Amino acid sequence: MNETVLKKRKFQMTMLFLGVIVLTYLSAWVTDYGFVSSLEAVPGAMVWMASNLLVDGEALGKLPDIMGKLIETVFMSIAATTIAAALSLFLAIMGSKTTMVNRAFGAVSRFVASLSRNIPVVAWSLILLLSFGQNSVTGFLALFVGTVGFLTRAFIETIDEAALGSVEALRATGATYWQIVSKAVVPQGLPQMVSWVLFMIETNIRSATLVGILTGTGIGYMFDMYYKTMNYEVVALITITIVLSVILIELLSTRIRKVIL
Amino acid sequence: MPLLEVNGLTKSYQPGNPILKDVSFSVEAGEFVAVIGPSGAGKSTMLRCLNRMVDIAEGQVFFDGKDVGAQNKKGLRDVRKHIGMVFQHYNLVPRLTVIENVLHGRFGYKSTLQGVLGRFTEAEKQKAFELLEKLGIAEHAYKRCDQLSGGQQQRVGICRALIQDPKIILCDEPIASLDPNSSKVIMDHLKTISIEFGITCIVNLHQVDVAKDYANRVIGLKKGEVVFDGPSLLLSESFTDEIYGMKTAVETRELITV
Repeated sequence: MNETVLKKRKFQMTMLFLGVIVLTYLSAWVTDYGFVSSLEAVPGAMVWMASNLLVDGEALGKLPDIMGKLIETVFMSIAATTIAAALSLFLAIMGSKTTMVNRAFGAVSRFVASLSRNIPVVAWSLILLLSFGQNSVTGFLALFVGTVGFLTRAFIETIDEAALGSVEALRATGATYWQIVSKAVVPQGLPQMVSWVLFMIETNIRSATLVGILTGTGIGYMFDMYYKTMNYEVVALITITIVLSVILIELLSTRIRKVIL
Repeated sequence: MPLLEVNGLTKSYQPGNPILKDVSFSVEAGEFVAVIGPSGAGKSTMLRCLNRMVDIAEGQVFFDGKDVGAQNKKGLRDVRKHIGMVFQHYNLVPRLTVIENVLHGRFGYKSTLQGVLGRFTEAEKQKAFELLEKLGIAEHAYKRCDQLSGGQQQRVGICRALIQDPKIILCDEPIASLDPNSSKVIMDHLKTISIEFGITCIVNLHQVDVAKDYANRVIGLKKGEVVFDGPSLLLSESFTDEIYGMKTAVETRELITV
């Protein structure tokens, strides 16, 4: 009995493995993708990057403009994340099994979270672009909606794992719902939640570039503009500043995490 | 009139598989009652029915003359604030300080806003420190609870129950996660509380010998039914054998070095 189960599982794994190989070849054939020719293209691409993506003096002159847009983008990401965090906290308290008021609220909040999470940020930007037009509100909203979905999910898990025992104890003392939420659930989950918010700020600064390209705002718009006018020196400079700011924010949030956890 | 009266309490989580069957007993003020029985006998469920942490399906629980099952939200809060509860896993908020956790016991007496803002009177704070002193953990008052040992955390849990000014304290396996030494400290404290303050204690226990040593009265549960209810002196070995279904009583004794 056991042996046949094992043999069957082994057979299934082999078939799965073969299936993946066949599928890969099939897709390459359908899309006309050649492994060898794409490998051959790598050195050429390297040479192109090395010769074109060089920051020169003229590009450096654009630095103040770039910094202005970059700072705008960073602050927009932070604002979108923190405002989303406030809404997420509320949704998570309603959605968590430990603290939910009733099933209906719980289901609604989990549905809102899952809807906004499962539509990618890129799709949100395009949808919102149609309804709000090309301005910074669109970029802000795209980040906001995606963040609410993700953070609600993360906060629900934080609450469930942090607070089960103390919620029971406080209920037994005759504490009211909001007393329990504010004095047991929030204090216990706060560091974890702040950590998620910091993670989301990092993620959003990265996504903000892409969202900016799509919605024509912030640093992404600048990137797009110079890219389309083939001013690759400036494109390189923009890329470097983005990378540097992301690294800076990451270092900063690692430091903050160490202090609070 | 007894402080606590349980009449025909029946409860099941799945239909057709009752965890409590027609449980009836009453407890007078000042009694120290141990509830013993094997895992799954329904001890925890029974204890949680007394303050309706678990909904009462059939039967009644009367606490201090009030029908616990018939209370509305506000009435239930009123009942609960007079019932302290102590848990196996302490159920403190680990990141908060000892003193904060103790003061949580006062929430039943406060409006939501007072609680949320953490407004406690001087008298309440004074009382909290007195209790910590009494249980010998005053020097840890400003430490975070996750820095304390299990026995110390359980003492914080007892302080949190005591600051409620309870008429009764329900203890769900208070020493099941503790080493023998801390277990003795905790049981001694519970005994002192019941004698000094006259607070009724109902304690769920695994250990028959601890029950016999500390309790005036033992209730034995087996498969959701009361199979023994009487003074602990009358709890003979044959009864414990029946409660645990076999000779486990002897093995249990060997594990305990109180």
